[in-house]
Amino acid sequence: LIYKRIIPSLLLSNGGLVKTTNFKNPKYVGDPINAIRIFNEKEVDELLVLDIDASRKKKPPNYSLIEEFASECFMPLAYGGGISSCEQASKLFQIGVEKIVIQTAIFKNSNLLKELVCEFGSQSIVASVDIITNFWGNTVLYSYVKKNKLKMPWLQFAEKSVKAGVGEILLNSVDKDGTMQGMDLNSIKTACSNLEVPIVAVGGVGSLSDIKEAFKVGASAVSAGSFFVFNGPHKAVLITYPEYEKLEEELGKI
Amino acid sequence: MKIGILDIGIGNIGSIKNMLSKIGVSYEILRETSSFTSVSKLILPGVGSFDSGMKKLNNSCFFEKLNDVVLNQNMPILGICLGMQLMTRGSEEGDLEGLGWIDADVVRLSPKKEENLKVPHMGWNYVRNCKVSGIIDTSLEKQKFYFVHSYHVVCDDYNDVLLETNYGSVVFHSAFIHNNIIGCQFHPEKSHRFGMNLFKAFAANFES
Repeated sequence: LIYKRIIPSLLLSNGGLVKTTNFKNPKYVGDPINAIRIFNEKEVDELLVLDIDASRKKKPPNYSLIEEFASECFMPLAYGGGISSCEQASKLFQIGVEKIVIQTAIFKNSNLLKELVCEFGSQSIVASVDIITNFWGNTVLYSYVKKNKLKMPWLQFAEKSVKAGVGEILLNSVDKDGTMQGMDLNSIKTACSNLEVPIVAVGGVGSLSDIKEAFKVGASAVSAGSFFVFNGPHKAVLITYPEYEKLEEELGKI
Repeated sequence: MKIGILDIGIGNIGSIKNMLSKIGVSYEILRETSSFTSVSKLILPGVGSFDSGMKKLNNSCFFEKLNDVVLNQNMPILGICLGMQLMTRGSEEGDLEGLGWIDADVVRLSPKKEENLKVPHMGWNYVRNCKVSGIIDTSLEKQKFYFVHSYHVVCDDYNDVLLETNYGSVVFHSAFIHNNIIGCQFHPEKSHRFGMNLFKAFAANFES
């Protein structure tokens, strides 16, 4: 048995599925509904869908598309992108989303997290923390929408979110995104030893042993994009997810 | 007859609707003003804290109606997650009295420190079948379900225990059944074919 979770993450842009590298150069990888059907058939632990246009273009979530996802999704579905109010969150929960992922709105309205937690419970609110290495080699907080580094230390931002009551932290490394060269284990370790809530680590997974390493330093879950949608040295698009028995064998004893 | 999904404002009913549609079971969302005459079974979903759930239930017009259909008319009811916990006498998490439909209490989930297991218990876990019930397919060997909880139910009478689950060294009652009253700690609506089977069995096998 594996207590930890392995979560495919899907990025939406213009209604299509894309995969980025270092948060840039979105490459079209296919139709999202099709991908979700395949992941559902493969009985994945959870699914994470992030709309990477919504907040940048100041657009609300694409409810009808998300509703279509939810109706094909018989595992927990987390959605992030363009959520800035309790009303929007409520609409998402009504159509069958389990968890919502928030980042941009926290920067703008520090009370929003508390309101969301109070209304919908900790277990359904995830704070997204993006981190990047700066010129001096230090890991700093990154704003996805503004595309710049922020002054507030990333751990402090995460601690603030936990204090506001979020149930999980999604820790995403910009440097590792799409590289498939291993995860930022130091930051994952720092997050896990300083924060009480489960950490979902994202960025850099290229193999099951990368996932295992992140679990070993304390991640409760690992999410990956490229690892589940690209195949072979030429990165051909092919959606895969290991059999549960294989995962148990490789990752069961941690 | 349809299955009624109780919408007290404490749960995510979207996923349950999606699941019932998928397996072709017709349902009705029951709100405070709804009558229970067009449904033959009930689902009580719930997430959040014990007291906030009980408060909403106590303040709603549901309370009397629910007690009547469940205790006097023996209408089958499935409580999910907090919905299950509300069916007990009460919880360590709160001060309010529970519905008291089953002889059980809710206690904090506390795995041993050295096990390094986080609370809430969030993710997939196996269940062990404890009795023949008509709701769990006993022919499937390894059945896993999706859990999110920090508290768990303890039944007084082991005969009421339907499923058991291990979280590290903690063994807890992950589902109970007492006549028409069924509760499960996990989320069958988010548990792939294992949850689908449970809803199919609930729809097919129980009558008032």
